[in-house]
Amino acid sequence: MLIRPKAGILDPQGDAVQASLAHLGFAVTAARVGRLVDLEIAAEGEAAARSEVERMCAELLANPLIESFEIVSGPA
Amino acid sequence: MSERRPRIAVVTFPGSNDDGDARLALEQLGADAVAVWYAATELDSDIGGIVLPGGFSYGDYLRCGALARSAPVMNAVREFAADGGPVLGICNGFQILCEAGLLPGVLRPNRQLEFLCADVTVVVESTGAPITTGLAPGDELVIPVKHGEGNWVADDGLYAELVERGQIVLRYAEDVNGSRDRVAGIANRDGNVVGLMPHPEHAVDPLLGPTGGLPLLQGLIVAARERLAGYALDPR
Repeated sequence: MLIRPKAGILDPQGDAVQASLAHLGFAVTAARVGRLVDLEIAAEGEAAARSEVERMCAELLANPLIESFEIVSGPA
Repeated sequence: MSERRPRIAVVTFPGSNDDGDARLALEQLGADAVAVWYAATELDSDIGGIVLPGGFSYGDYLRCGALARSAPVMNAVREFAADGGPVLGICNGFQILCEAGLLPGVLRPNRQLEFLCADVTVVVESTGAPITTGLAPGDELVIPVKHGEGNWVADDGLYAELVERGQIVLRYAEDVNGSRDRVAGIANRDGNVVGLMPHPEHAVDPLLGPTGGLPLLQGLIVAARERLAGYALDPR
């Protein structure tokens, strides 16, 4: 799961990263910091796994008020 | 005849650190504070109020308050709140109530990226919540804050509804953390669940500094006493 602060939501961590990178001389104009959660799950196929993970995101892993999530899946 | 001391539960999550002060303050102000462990699955039936204290439950892993909201005790807290019982979340407790969906919005890292530890002035806005009994709109209270994530966020639609319904309980007199329109504390729709970033439990004794927390905790105690009296099961 890739979990990101939604567009328009203040991301102080991303702002700090951007400022530090700029300080080091990198031409970074914006940075957003999210979170990566790796899960191994036993499921009957990818569609089933995906719907399970969507529920996990909605219930705990992401806060829909401030975060969006993207599920990237593949066989173990 | 002395007034009965209502029993108020103070929940300790792994990583709570203001639970002791919350119990001490409630005891000083005339309640019986009951320590409740996060793994508890039910509350005593004679509990009149609940405090979710400050701290760093579950190390603030994932998002502050996110893991605590699925702790076993939270089912009992939800039931108590749904039944109209007064629940006060302070700092991390506020964050937990937001993550649990018991209060609207969410608390994000302070805009200045710094942990904020200061005595601040807050202004009372709405007094519909039972714990604000004894306060009037416009009253100013000095209470300490100490948080890294007290920047309350709500989208425009939600925020307008909350203002309209009088769910904004406290605002900082001055912007301290980027919180939307200086919101420092909010209530749920019924007013029985309140979350505050300032720490009333640290502001009850003039020996230690400001005493702006007194009316809020006294309000909680009154609300707890009224709830218990309402049941009238026990003529103590």
